Amino acid sequence: MNYKELTSKSFALRREVLELIYRGGGGHFGGDFSVMDILVTLYCLHMNVSPENQDDPGRDRFILSKGHSVEALYAVLADRGFFPREELETFSRYGSKYIGHPNNKINGIEMNSGSLGHGLPVAVGMALAGRMDGAAYRVYTVLGDGELAEGSVWEGAMAGGHFKLDNLTAIVDRNRLQISGSTEDVMAQDSLDDRWAAFGWHVLHASGNDIASLDGAVTAAKAHRGGPSVIIADTIKGCGYSAAENQAGWHHKVPTAEQYEAIKAELEERRVNAL
Amino acid sequence: MNTIPNRQVICEVLTAAAAKDRDIVVLCSDSRGSASLGPYVAAHPGQFVEVGIAEQNLVSISAGLAACGKKPFAVSPACFLSTRSMEQVKVDVAYSGTNVKLIGISGGVSYGALGMTHHSAQDIATMGSIPGMRVYLPSDRFQTRALMEALLADPKAAYVRVGRNPVPDVYREESVPFTFNKATLLQEGTDLTIIACGEMVHAAKEAGALLADRGISARVLDMYCVKPIDRDSVIRAARETKAIITVEEHSVIGGMGAMVSQIVCGEHPVLVRNMALSDAPVVTGVSKEVFDHYGLTAGGIVKIAEELMRLA
Repeated sequence: MNYKELTSKSFALRREVLELIYRGGGGHFGGDFSVMDILVTLYCLHMNVSPENQDDPGRDRFILSKGHSVEALYAVLADRGFFPREELETFSRYGSKYIGHPNNKINGIEMNSGSLGHGLPVAVGMALAGRMDGAAYRVYTVLGDGELAEGSVWEGAMAGGHFKLDNLTAIVDRNRLQISGSTEDVMAQDSLDDRWAAFGWHVLHASGNDIASLDGAVTAAKAHRGGPSVIIADTIKGCGYSAAENQAGWHHKVPTAEQYEAIKAELEERRVNAL
Repeated sequence: MNTIPNRQVICEVLTAAAAKDRDIVVLCSDSRGSASLGPYVAAHPGQFVEVGIAEQNLVSISAGLAACGKKPFAVSPACFLSTRSMEQVKVDVAYSGTNVKLIGISGGVSYGALGMTHHSAQDIATMGSIPGMRVYLPSDRFQTRALMEALLADPKAAYVRVGRNPVPDVYREESVPFTFNKATLLQEGTDLTIIACGEMVHAAKEAGALLADRGISARVLDMYCVKPIDRDSVIRAARETKAIITVEEHSVIGGMGAMVSQIVCGEHPVLVRNMALSDAPVVTGVSKEVFDHYGLTAGGIVKIAEELMRLA
């Protein structure tokens, strides 16, 4: 698929997210829409993982550290064939395994997450295991920018740098908003480059809702040797629905019936226009 | 008196096992000295990971290794491992179902005068309340070896607590009765039952002998498997003897005694007395002084046993 087709797919998958949240009566709209292009880039262009090789020890590993964006991951995994789309109809329903955070009872999900600050240190362990075994797989994790206030993120960053894990890539979904408002007001995250570089990471940038830009950054991360890479992906929270873009209030908002129709229409328009 | 601490036995078992199994990885948090891990590190530097003073990282990295097929043993002081890393144990180990063995060393009040920061009087409560976590407190060096051999052959997560200093032998090298996840019967008895775990088992065994001299027939159980607790042995004790004493180096809240009481209340109520540390910072002292202070001794157990025999 070319970039235009992937961009179009990304809007189509946001539509799946919309259905999940609207019908499930809950979810994290803003972060799902900001992270979608990152997930599409990883799953469609870079990661060597598929339903066929999901039990192969040599597969690439992914951890959604910002686990609350699970609806976006569900949409991507269903699209890649890890489970039938229809199973998502049970999302958030009584007894369902499709809950509001990643759950490794589901095909394609490696680790449970939801409590922030866990994904990076776990990814460090996975990358260390790969090195010990001389395996070629790579480990990816996506963090939220609000999540970077968790101290355990920096324990993981310290170890990733210390062990020079060049098979590890972290991507920060830098949408600059968290549940209470601007990340800079809640707990300032700027000078992110300096912070990561100080921990021994190779810092890359991407326009986080631009598949071509993300593809370039991930390609550069894979080529980098001697240490782990982090991609600061500048994204738009709520990307795909103009009225929700850059609005903290849409962090976990469930659309009304009118909003649902408006979002659906805008996503369809953007899906078509992307081609 | 035995001079080999249980933590040293753990190192010996892991050093031998790692030679045969390349997937065994030991991790520590600047605790290789405290854990007596020197010989392991020397023998298997490629199967050792030092994470520095970062216990949350210790557990999450272990979980990541386990998710990729390694068999990690995270070794760190019990006080930090069981509380600071509790969420990592809950999410990355128990909930994600990774085969991480958590080895809490210098547990209980082993660190004596270092104070409440270094005591782990809550580890049964914290680790035990997590679905999918198992909790083991072996009593002596021989049982520690048997337990570690059992855990090496087992693919699920567990927390093990051992103390810092050598403890008296409960068993003999040639005779270590051990059934995984079953309490070990140390002495048969019909009047009352003493259920102990960890370093308290030796005192319980002594108390059993002292009580026999006084005409009280005490059953003594080594409940090294605090979770999954051996329910059958507890229920049998309630049915076949008139009272139960639990003895543990742990807070009286949420420990092994609380678990026993819950089972006894629901199945066959008899008098149960929980001997444990009180819900307060522990008095300053070395282990023996602390145990004496709280009556966690053979003499203290005898006193409670006699009282219960008057009431039962």
